[in-house]
Amino acid sequence: MTATGSSRRPRAGSGGSGRGLFAAKVAAARAVGALSRRSGRGGGTTLPGRLLLRAAPDALGRLAARLQGPRTVISATNGKTTTAGMLAAVLDAAGRRPVHNRAGSNMAWGVATALIEGGGDEGLFEVDEAWLPRIVDDLSPTLLVLGNLFRDQLDRYGELERLADEWAATIAAREGRTGFVLNADDPLIADLGRDRDLRRRDGVTFFGIEDPDQAVAELQHAFDAKHCRRCGAPYRYERAFVGHLGHYLCPGCGADRPAPDVCATAVELRGIEGSAFTVRTPAGELAIDLPIPGLYNVYNALAAIAAAERLEVPFELIRAGLGSVRAAFGRVETIAVGGRALSIMLIKNPAGANEVLRTLELEAERAGAGIDLWIALNDGIADGRDVSWVWDADFELLADRVRRVHCAGTRAAEIALRLKYAGWPTDRIEIADGIAASLDRALAAAGDRLFALPTYTALIELRTLLARRGLAAEFWR
Amino acid sequence: MAELRLLTLYPEQMNIYADRGNVIFLERRCRWRGIGFSSAAAGIGEGFDPDEHDLIYIGGGQDRDQRMVAADLVATKRVAFAAALAGGAAALAVCGGYQLLGTSYELGGERIEGLGIAPLHTVREPGPRLTGNVSIEVDLGSGPRILAGFENHGGRTYIDAGGVPLGRVLHGHGNNGRDGREGIVLGNLLGTYLHGPLLPKNAWLADELIARAIARREGRRPELRPLDDRIEDAAHAGAIRAAERTRA
Repeated sequence: MTATGSSRRPRAGSGGSGRGLFAAKVAAARAVGALSRRSGRGGGTTLPGRLLLRAAPDALGRLAARLQGPRTVISATNGKTTTAGMLAAVLDAAGRRPVHNRAGSNMAWGVATALIEGGGDEGLFEVDEAWLPRIVDDLSPTLLVLGNLFRDQLDRYGELERLADEWAATIAAREGRTGFVLNADDPLIADLGRDRDLRRRDGVTFFGIEDPDQAVAELQHAFDAKHCRRCGAPYRYERAFVGHLGHYLCPGCGADRPAPDVCATAVELRGIEGSAFTVRTPAGELAIDLPIPGLYNVYNALAAIAAAERLEVPFELIRAGLGSVRAAFGRVETIAVGGRALSIMLIKNPAGANEVLRTLELEAERAGAGIDLWIALNDGIADGRDVSWVWDADFELLADRVRRVHCAGTRAAEIALRLKYAGWPTDRIEIADGIAASLDRALAAAGDRLFALPTYTALIELRTLLARRGLAAEFWR
Repeated sequence: MAELRLLTLYPEQMNIYADRGNVIFLERRCRWRGIGFSSAAAGIGEGFDPDEHDLIYIGGGQDRDQRMVAADLVATKRVAFAAALAGGAAALAVCGGYQLLGTSYELGGERIEGLGIAPLHTVREPGPRLTGNVSIEVDLGSGPRILAGFENHGGRTYIDAGGVPLGRVLHGHGNNGRDGREGIVLGNLLGTYLHGPLLPKNAWLADELIARAIARREGRRPELRPLDDRIEDAAHAGAIRAAERTRA
């Protein structure tokens, strides 16, 4: 086992500032944050961290080291904000209020900002997948929760395999110092829980879905882990649930799906209302009512449940906490706008979009009529400037289930084109550039409910617009 | 009835940037015109009959997959690929697939042999990946047109003596970020760094490939029936604008 003494975390004296000076820098950054929030211009979720990290590059490690309780770090391509929100709700039910970067600002400065604000003696940090290897030693987590790796914003992160390799090195280096909660159903994640000889690493909890009825009929096009990371042999999939998450075998080297310690059985999806399932854990079985929809959120809940058990939250409080969960910012929320329900669901990559499309397919079935949609595709840096991904998402699912769709955003025509080639009737597709005008037209044309599917920066625009109209709280609050 | 017979090479490995968008686009545009469409695939270890395909497509992949594909291309498909081109088939190679057309490319300090059917080679140079929206001016014999899309490549490609680039960079990086050249054209073989679903953003190129592929079997270039391309044209204009917004 690795010796724990050889920490690579920066310390005072190694280029950092002395204790008094450091405290002054933290206080100054905190004051700037308060000022920026009061001025209402936003940016309060990252600005203090940015300032402090510029003044004291070792600040993250120094601040994290002050936390006396457990430090939990959550990362994934999809669902990290939601999983962290679920775990926060469960901890809250247990009367625990961790330091938590709850605004979804998940790069170094967002985490630093949460630490500057302080307010607890344990930590709960959602960390961007590319930032994880860079700041994991600073945060020195006692528990690391890894949900999934999907293709996402390849213009920012390079290729998926490189990221998986970096994560593998991170886990290997932290074994013995950190506990792990890993998704058994994602081969890229599950394999991190075993060493070169397929021996299960110390301190690993695997989670997964054990309900064959939830499998998709055929593998989706955006399928990210066809070949074994170890030996290159194609995985044999017994079934897939979400993208490449499922039950698989490696015929080459035997790196099969590990049996999960925490698993969901008897899953019932209830459209946009949410889902119900039974979770089986080493401590027993629990019936969970999850008020946010989609099988992908069952995975997020399993990650939160497995983490909560590792954090010694009493069993009965886990259920209560999850029942009170609200969807994370823009991940399924419904707002009343002019007598209609506006249901907002973020789309940002093929795997996530496919799950939103599956939920909408259920909604269309329940409604027994075509649904009204508004899709906004932006190509800002936070969206991924490369919009190629829309051709990997299975918009075909809704081809004959849509009454009208309005396309908006900087690449409105590109998404309209994708829908046309997915078989959506062109006389039901409308294109407009501006977010506000297009949303108003879509609302005016809609029945009781309009489903809004924005990419990240379009979601920010939408929320700002709704806030200006007094319909939704601004996101940094 | 005219028919387009498409062959996709390594759809399992070389699909990283939603390359299937190109296949969907070709298929729909053929069907809307009453042109038959058939699609076949050749993966690792599989050969193909050069006479049975009129359009060959190869997309981009991750490093590990691309290494595997490079060895397999040379071992099992080089002869058939060359024979298909000699017989008049059209081919489109994108991103990683484009690099593989050349004599060699570098991966992690290692020089890997390519197909060697186009006069180009790809090297690594210090500096960042060449990433962003890109537009190039292309003339395939019917006057200048714009091709717009997205590029994301670590390798730098240089065209060797006698080679002709596909186009001239208007905005973005192109082959190597230095010489203003993008892609390669060699008869009916087109290679480009504009990756993933570039045909949906450039319907004119999709139709050009359909016409060339059909001409191979019919013996003459067909008149393609015009389609209602209002959304296609808007997406093309959107991609051009996105490239114009990028610096360089």
